[in-house]
Amino acid sequence: MNAHDTSGTEGDGSPVTVLRAPIVLEYEYSAGQSASRFLRAIAEGRLLGQRCPVDGRVYFPSRGSCPQHAVTFGDEVVELSDKGTIVTFSIVRVPSKNIPLELPYITVNVLLDGADTILMHVLDADLDDVHMGMRVQAVWKPREEWTTSTENILFFRPIDEPDADYDSYKEHI
Amino acid sequence: MAELTAVVGIGQTKYEAKRDDLSMPGLVREAAERALADAGCSWADIDAVILGKAPDLFEGVMMPELFLNDALGGAYKPMLRVHTAGSVGGSTAIVAASMVQAGIHDRVLCVAYEKQSESNAIWALSISVPFSLATVAGAGGYFAPLVRGYIRRSGAPEDTGIRVAVKDRQNALRNPLAHLHLEDISFDLVANSPMLWDPIRYLETCPSSDGACALVMEKESLASRRPDKVAWIHATEMRSEPTMFSGRDQVMPRATLDNAKNLYRKAGITNPRREIDCAEIYVPFSWFEPMWMEGMLITERNQGWKMTYEGATAMDGDFPVNMSGGVLSSNPIGASGLIRFAEAARQVRGRADQHQVDGARKALGHAYGGGSQYFSTWIVSSEKP
Repeated sequence: MNAHDTSGTEGDGSPVTVLRAPIVLEYEYSAGQSASRFLRAIAEGRLLGQRCPVDGRVYFPSRGSCPQHAVTFGDEVVELSDKGTIVTFSIVRVPSKNIPLELPYITVNVLLDGADTILMHVLDADLDDVHMGMRVQAVWKPREEWTTSTENILFFRPIDEPDADYDSYKEHI
Repeated sequence: MAELTAVVGIGQTKYEAKRDDLSMPGLVREAAERALADAGCSWADIDAVILGKAPDLFEGVMMPELFLNDALGGAYKPMLRVHTAGSVGGSTAIVAASMVQAGIHDRVLCVAYEKQSESNAIWALSISVPFSLATVAGAGGYFAPLVRGYIRRSGAPEDTGIRVAVKDRQNALRNPLAHLHLEDISFDLVANSPMLWDPIRYLETCPSSDGACALVMEKESLASRRPDKVAWIHATEMRSEPTMFSGRDQVMPRATLDNAKNLYRKAGITNPRREIDCAEIYVPFSWFEPMWMEGMLITERNQGWKMTYEGATAMDGDFPVNMSGGVLSSNPIGASGLIRFAEAARQVRGRADQHQVDGARKALGHAYGGGSQYFSTWIVSSEKP
C-alpha cells in the first residue's frame, strides 16, 4: 500500500502542509443465524421477515431481535410480498464515493406488503412521478445471477395500482 | 443534592472551511486557551479534561483523545472522551457538568472539535453495512425523506426552510466567528440554489467546517466569588432511542419529547416559550428549526413552521433561535453541539456581543445526532436556581 500520497502538492514548489495517508481496514463479519436465514431465502427469491413476540410486528430485514423490546425473535418467519408502498422519498443529486448510482437518483423508504418496518432502496421512475403512497414492486436480477445478497433486488419500479391511503402508512414516516 | 455548577469561561476558534494554519492539537488548543483566558485560569487550575468529537472515521484518527491529551494540558489528569454522534458536543458539556455536579472535580475543561478539511463526512456517514445496500448519501440523504414527512404531516408551506436559511445566515453576519458570512443572502439566493437532496437545497444545508469550542465549568463556591456574570446550569438532559424499530416516529421521535419534558421539569419551567428568552438549536438542515420547535415543546404539534413564518424565531422575535447563525453557518460537527451550549451561556452572561438578545436571563442549548436518535439539552441562566 502506498502510504504517503502528496498529490496536488508536487511540482509547484509550495511546502507540503497536508498529506494523504490511506488506511485499509479488513475485517470478518459473521452474518449470524437470523441474517443467514434471510440471505439463503433471498438467494431463492423469497423475502423473509420475523415477528416480534411482544407486539406482533413484522421486521424486514430482521436482525433476529427487537430493538424496542429487547427480546429475541422466535423461529417463526413471515414470507413477504415484493410489492410495497413508498412511505417517503428523496431525489439525490449529491455524489458519494461508495454509492455507484448515476445522479440524480430516487431513494425511497418502502413499506413492503406484510412488513411493519421500512426498507431503504432506490426507485427507477420519472422524477416528476414519484410521490408518497405510490405502489411499487422489486425488480430482480436474472434468476441465474441470484446469490445470498440483497443485491438480488436491483431497484423498485412503480406498478399500476391505486395509491395507498395516507393513513395506512403514515406511522412509518 | 448535586453541586450547583456554572460555566465561567468560553472559548471558540474562528470557524472556517480549512484551518490549515493549525493541526488538530493546535485547533483544540486555540479554543481551550481562549476559554482559560476568559475564566482567568491557568492550565494548573483544571482538574480534568472532557473531550468530544464525532465518529473517529471522519478524520481516520482512532481515539484522538490520546494524542490531544498533551495539547490540552491533560498530563496526569483524568481525561474522558464522549461520543454520541452529532449530538456529541452537547453530551460532552453534560458529562463535564456532571463531574462537577457530582462533586468529583471542582473545575473542569470541556472541549469539542472537528477538522472536516482533513475528513470526508459524507463517506464516513455512507459506509455500507455488510449484507445491506448503501443508498443513503450522507446525513442529507437520511434526513431529506423525514423533512418530506414533516411537510406532509404539518402542511407547512414549502418555503419555510428557505426562510430559516435566510434568517440564520443574516444572524451569522453579526457573529465574526461564523464560517459563512453571506453578505448577499436573500430568499431568492436560497430558493435558486441547487436542490441536493430534494426537498433540501444547497443553501438549506450546513457547511463543512474546521473548528473547536471549549468551556470551563466550576462549582458554586468558586463561581460565586467571581465578579463577572457566569452561566448557572439549571438542568441538563440526555435521551436516546434505537435508529430503527417498527412504528418509530422518525420525524418526531419519542426521545426528543421525553428529553424536553424532563429538562423543563428539572429546570422548573412550565411554559418554555415564555420562560426561555432565546435558544441555540441544532439545525443542520433548515427544516429542523420548525421540527425541533415542536420536538422541544416550544409550540404545538405541526405548528412549528408558523414560528418561522411569523418571525418568532428571528433576533427580534419573541423566541429568538440561533442568534449566532447556528449550525447552518458553522459546522465543525463534533463541536457543533457544544457551540450551541456555549452560545446559550454567552447569552445569559450578556457576552454575545453583536448577536446578544437584550436582557436574556434564561437560554436553551440543544443538540441532536445519529438518525434523530440522540438528544442533549441544557438550560442555563444568569441567576441561580
